[in-house]
Amino acid sequence: MAEPATAVVADAPLREHRALWTDVWLAFRKHTGALVGVSVFALIVVAVLFGPHLHAVDPQYLDLGARNQGVSFAHPMGTDNLGRDMFAQMLAGGRVSLAVGFTAMLLALVLGTFVGVLAGYFNRLDGPLMRLTDLFLALPLLPLLLVIIMLFRDTLRAAFGPESGIFLLIVFVIGVTSWMQTARIVRGEVLAVREREFVTAARSVGVRERRIITRHVLPNVLSPIMVSATLGIANAIITESALSFLGLGFPPDFPTWGRLLFDGANFIEITPARVIWPGLAISLTVLSVNYIGDGLRDALDPRLRGR
Amino acid sequence: MNTEPIGESSRAAHGPEGGGNHARGRGDLAATPLLRVEGLTKHFPILRGILRRQVGAVKAVDGVDFHIQEGETLGLVGESGCGKSTAGRVILRLGEATAGRIWYRGEDITLLKGKPLRSLRRRMQMVFQDPQESLNPRMTVGSIVGEPLLEHGVAKGRALAERVGALLESVGLAPNYANRYPHEFSGGQRQRIGMARALALRPEFIICDEPIAALDVSIQAQVVNLLEDLRERLNLTYLFISHDLAMVRHIADRVAVMYLGKIVELAPVRDLYGNPRHPYTQALLSAAPGHDPRVEARRERILLQGDVPSPAAPPPGCRFNTRCPKAQALCSEQEPAWREVRGGHSVACHFAEG
Repeated sequence: MAEPATAVVADAPLREHRALWTDVWLAFRKHTGALVGVSVFALIVVAVLFGPHLHAVDPQYLDLGARNQGVSFAHPMGTDNLGRDMFAQMLAGGRVSLAVGFTAMLLALVLGTFVGVLAGYFNRLDGPLMRLTDLFLALPLLPLLLVIIMLFRDTLRAAFGPESGIFLLIVFVIGVTSWMQTARIVRGEVLAVREREFVTAARSVGVRERRIITRHVLPNVLSPIMVSATLGIANAIITESALSFLGLGFPPDFPTWGRLLFDGANFIEITPARVIWPGLAISLTVLSVNYIGDGLRDALDPRLRGR
Repeated sequence: MNTEPIGESSRAAHGPEGGGNHARGRGDLAATPLLRVEGLTKHFPILRGILRRQVGAVKAVDGVDFHIQEGETLGLVGESGCGKSTAGRVILRLGEATAGRIWYRGEDITLLKGKPLRSLRRRMQMVFQDPQESLNPRMTVGSIVGEPLLEHGVAKGRALAERVGALLESVGLAPNYANRYPHEFSGGQRQRIGMARALALRPEFIICDEPIAALDVSIQAQVVNLLEDLRERLNLTYLFISHDLAMVRHIADRVAVMYLGKIVELAPVRDLYGNPRHPYTQALLSAAPGHDPRVEARRERILLQGDVPSPAAPPPGCRFNTRCPKAQALCSEQEPAWREVRGGHSVACHFAEG
């Protein structure tokens, strides 16, 4: 009896580590919505990455003889009022929109979580940080964006080239102006979690503050962070399109989903497909990411894992 | 008495890293109690208004003195809200004391910070009341029990896993439970996990904060037996906080009774239960049901009038005077002194002899 028991102890570290991620994966696999989400999202990413090589039509090419066309073999999603191929524009625009959505969401998430955790955990920082958050929430965003972009566009363009310069600028601007909701939600959760007895217990065994935050507080505020992450992607894609619409984002001939949507809105009576396709792409992306986040959240929670 | 020279030597003996050497010098430190608190006070400020100005304070613990000798168990009893848990937490430095002093082996630990405080944590541990709440639901039992070891750099990797297995075994759990999560266990098992965590650093002093209050009666006895067993095996000293008078009588050597932030009576178990001097202790004991129906039928209950006053505005004089059956004019005017009525039996009442 004693021998098998010690054997179990001996290989515990290996098994424990593997068991955790295996468990998470097994639980994630059981979440139907998350699996569908992963498939849809993977499909979109693959299409956007490899699609332009298969459907090798220049999205910028103006074919004035083939304007406002419907679905055909040459143009799977039709053409716009200048005769540009919609499918090619969708694929090219998807790259930019997804990249902007993800990076801006990540930036906002990191900022928001950082501010939220600091404000929730340290009493002394709570006041100043939350007032800062309120300040950002109260700022009129569009004028602010206008000013930031006016000030930095040319510098960044000169430094990183027109496209990556504007990409960095847009990601930064969106990230810096959309972390406040996350910060507030995370702060509230942290306030509740830090009063839980297991945090006191950790402190009583002498765990350092930094470890208490990373090991005890953060994992227990994961759910709201996940939710704001998935919502953040949608928010970032939409904000980018609004910026492009105002002429502050990417140049007009540079397609993004948001840009296509806004351009198509003027022609909604002639070619409704021009609105439907980008709208559908944005919605599907957001929805699939949402389900992935949902599945991930459940899979990471040991209490829900076994069900 | 406050500044024993021994304090310095004990500090030097344990050093900043402390802990590693657990040889207990029982003989040479016999005169110094393991723990002594004097005038321990914890007030929680009440803030009001837009400027968050302090308008008062909840006097959770308001001037508590006692000491615990090495190897003994002091029971701390009182009704809910009397400040006994707060006192435990302040002693463990999980909250700052508003006033008063705490000495551990003659060393003043009231204002200890940083590294010395961390090394002190290796010597004093706590078992918490609610085993559900005191275990992080997202960590495996192995990482919960191993966390103190990892955090203090005592063990890691394979050695850590072995220590964790041994700790789980010492509290009566199978070592391979280390891979499971707290929610997979029953209340009693969870409390054992909490005890394994408290024992991980081989402490010498453990504060048990109502360790059995959240458990079924059938499990309570098991856990208390385990606590006693560990006390014998590891030579532990306990501060046993509880409202269960029967359990305290069973496990403690001396008992302190708390009422509204103050200790009203402190005596060896036999004296306190056999000859309680303070009217509050008498009432408390008379309210505890016995197991013998014949005794139970003859039990005279002292029914107290009214409620416990708010700890934010305790009554003047003796804090118990609003509910005391023996109260006289003097009681609401003058606070009774803390005095020893017999060897080791102290009480704070003007009429303790009556």
